[in-house]
Amino acid sequence: MSLQVSDLRVYYRTLAGDVKALDGATFAVADKEIMGLAGESGCGKSTLGNSLIRLDGRMKYVAGSVTLDGNELPIWDSKEMVQYRFWDVSEIPQYAMSAMNPTRKIGKMISELVQSRGKRYSEIKPELQHRIDLVGLQRDVLDRYPIELSGGMKQRMVMVISTLMDPALLIADEITSALDVSTQRAVAETLVSFRDHGFVRSMIVITHDVSILYQIADSILIMYAGKLAEKASTSVIIEKPLHPYTRMLVSSLPEVGVRYADKKLSGIPGSPPSLLNPPTGCRFRARCPLAFSKCREEPPFVEVERDHWVACWKATGTDA
Amino acid sequence: MLSLDRVSKSYKIGTFGGKDLLAVRDVSFDVMTGEVVSLIGESGSGKTTVGKMILKLIDISRGTITLDGEDISRVHGSGVKSYYRHVQGVFQDPFSSYNPIFKADRVFSLIRTEYYSGMPSSEWTGKLEAALRGVSLDPGQVLNKYPHQLSGGQLQRLLVARALLLDLKILVADEIISMLDASTRIDVLNLLADLKSRGMGILFITHDLSLGNYISEKTVILRRGAVVEMGATDKVFGHPSHPYTRLLVSSVPQLHKKWAQIEEELGAPVAGISGCPFHDMYPLAGRMPERPADEPTLVQLEDDHFVGCFELESEKVRQVA
Amino acid sequence: MTAAPGTATAPSPPSQDAAEDATPPAKRARGEFLFFALRSKKFLIASAILLFLAFLAIFGPMIDPTDPIAQDGLPQRHPTLDPGNWFGQTYFGEDVFAQFVSGLQATFFVGFLGGGLAAAIGMAVGFTAGYRGGWTDEVLNMITNVFLVIPTLAVLLVITSYLQARGVLFEAIFIGMTSWPWAARAIRAQTFSLRSRDFIDLAKLSGRGSWKIIVTEIAPNMSSYLFLTFILLFGGAILIAASLDFIGLGPTGGLSLGLMMFNSVTYGAALQLGIWWWFIPPGIGIMAVVGALYVMNVGLDEIFNPKLRET
Repeated sequence: MSLQVSDLRVYYRTLAGDVKALDGATFAVADKEIMGLAGESGCGKSTLGNSLIRLDGRMKYVAGSVTLDGNELPIWDSKEMVQYRFWDVSEIPQYAMSAMNPTRKIGKMISELVQSRGKRYSEIKPELQHRIDLVGLQRDVLDRYPIELSGGMKQRMVMVISTLMDPALLIADEITSALDVSTQRAVAETLVSFRDHGFVRSMIVITHDVSILYQIADSILIMYAGKLAEKASTSVIIEKPLHPYTRMLVSSLPEVGVRYADKKLSGIPGSPPSLLNPPTGCRFRARCPLAFSKCREEPPFVEVERDHWVACWKATGTDA
Repeated sequence: MLSLDRVSKSYKIGTFGGKDLLAVRDVSFDVMTGEVVSLIGESGSGKTTVGKMILKLIDISRGTITLDGEDISRVHGSGVKSYYRHVQGVFQDPFSSYNPIFKADRVFSLIRTEYYSGMPSSEWTGKLEAALRGVSLDPGQVLNKYPHQLSGGQLQRLLVARALLLDLKILVADEIISMLDASTRIDVLNLLADLKSRGMGILFITHDLSLGNYISEKTVILRRGAVVEMGATDKVFGHPSHPYTRLLVSSVPQLHKKWAQIEEELGAPVAGISGCPFHDMYPLAGRMPERPADEPTLVQLEDDHFVGCFELESEKVRQVA
Repeated sequence: MTAAPGTATAPSPPSQDAAEDATPPAKRARGEFLFFALRSKKFLIASAILLFLAFLAIFGPMIDPTDPIAQDGLPQRHPTLDPGNWFGQTYFGEDVFAQFVSGLQATFFVGFLGGGLAAAIGMAVGFTAGYRGGWTDEVLNMITNVFLVIPTLAVLLVITSYLQARGVLFEAIFIGMTSWPWAARAIRAQTFSLRSRDFIDLAKLSGRGSWKIIVTEIAPNMSSYLFLTFILLFGGAILIAASLDFIGLGPTGGLSLGLMMFNSVTYGAALQLGIWWWFIPPGIGIMAVVGALYVMNVGLDEIFNPKLRET
């Protein structure tokens, strides 16, 4: 499968005007690729992930197109998206742990869910059980209430449910943030195993934690203030980033093994611009140590080398 | 110096308070001035409870906490106020730490009314501005503003500045970084390191090992209320011995190294830790049994490196810990 | 924040939240309050009624200086809506309008005093129970429950049989001491939810004592709620006073709207003699005050709580 997103713009309606949360995203995710989507809070990554499956009442589709396996997804029409949701595109939402109805046993909840989609519970049960085994849970979890499960167990259960129909595209929105570090690893590795087993064809993993992405993602897309900053394979992003923001982001992450006494890390001074009236030109301009006059013009997101895209004048070698 | 000696906290639960829930059990460690100690644990480990006991926001059930030799549970009334001159805390959620209907710098005026009521305004302003500069904040940018007008990082730094207005010896930093963005985390972390070099003792409570490793000299690993390993940071992270510590260290996602590689590098655990419920069967709801008061709670593996474990079958040590 | 070194002299970027920057939550709240208050029909109408009645109560005697209990008019004269005879005369020749105005004064007095006393007790109990928790909370809860189930009417009957004379003051105090429980409950619940917030811990760490924290941190956060509670207690006190007056358990001397109605019924005005102008004005008066207060309460609720607004 492949996902093609072309100049996608989604704004939020507010009393004060439109917040340009996602302002022109163009990228592709290949078959069997796990793409990580990273950036600070407010950069638009959740908006991007959500807009591929469901625009809620506050979000306004403005422009752009999303094509999955050659078919255009009617993301602006929530009703028409119903046939795609859960079958072709599925999502593990943020706070998935509270996504299960606390008054229903898990098995009952799943049977109601598939029935509402026109399938019989008995049809899918064998596969469901098989997958439950695969993620390391007991089969009797179907007879339990969500409250009886731990955070990590609930997360894995939600992952199984979201991928039950073998969607072509899975969007995982901050699924490891609320977990302890030991469960994080288990959940992240489960995600990869889903792809390896073919339950899911491609994945977009949204998180602010770049180090998790290093462990499981094939490629990483960095966003800043509603725009795409850089996209490349994981190793390139981490080892040889071109965009100044990516560089500063990667170098500001403390790691086990790095001590303050040995190497003092530095953050990125300043804060992201308001998306209500975003600045013209490159949105990182105000905090960028390499900014120069050309940055007043917005840099396009271009492919500088094979599978390496950047939106930066300096990176593309354009001089003033 | 802050010293915890076999501190425990139990809650009565169940109808009529029949059962005991031990949130913290037998925790002992020290925080010296000029040193950062990381208290690392996942959720439910009791680390926040330890922090709150040190700050006297929660009572201690058993054991003692002493500051420079003085037992803090004997401190009452006005003594508490002078205790807070030397020990302060900063919490996780910067926006919850401020009363939203007042301006952010009200936290400073609280300190002024309680501790410096006689001080003339000009002197106070000078002191305040010095404290703000000490945390790399520009007074013009942060004074006279409401909390929602400032960023998380600025709010946390304001809280540190507030603590600096007193004669602080120990700062309890409870997950102060976790709600901040990646780019601001480092700045606040560097600030803590700077404070340490100015002679403050810091208890850095976190669930994030890489942060703890970056900034601290000593590390204490907490699991379900009990210390499972503690010692010099490079020793605890360099050769983690307790199975739980090894699990933690190998689960931390690192840049430049995949999990599989980290596990390989950890090598084999220290010879023959057997009989420990964590060893073979993690995760398991295991509880360490009661130990008599005169038996030590931890076993010393090497200089400045201790482990809490049931039986360590090696020639050097044969001890039920 | 300080700019990174080496940033070119680019035009300064818009700072964060330039749009809604300088207005703080409190000030914005006040501005928002006025904005929505002036739009809320319920609030405006209710305020108008109350202000009018308050005006009458204060300036009424100046408009019509007749002594309310002077029995010198023609008995049972119909109202003619001329100055001096706005509402007619009672059976005894007293001027109904003068009595009405005097009654309004007493009504407002009972409302303020009774409601205020109930509010004070409710806040004291509610804040203490909510903030302290534990045993204090248990004990105070028990006391609240006891007061809640006391049959106030029976107690009042017993008391009145021992007292020779009762004034409006007594009535107000009695009402204040028996109508506070629900307010205490509500305030306790709110305090409970606020006290676990970090800024309370921070206030403790600043060496602040418990009561100071309640007064300076918790109460201001709940100010709109406390205001609404007072309004409800005010209206409730007036209603209770009117009811008590009507069944004869009101003040022995003095005059109030409820007493007017009591008198009019006792002396046959209502049914036998048809002196409707004796009991209709006080009835409407009570209805107007209490009704306006309750409507204002609903209106204020909408104003303070954005989720209830009809926009």
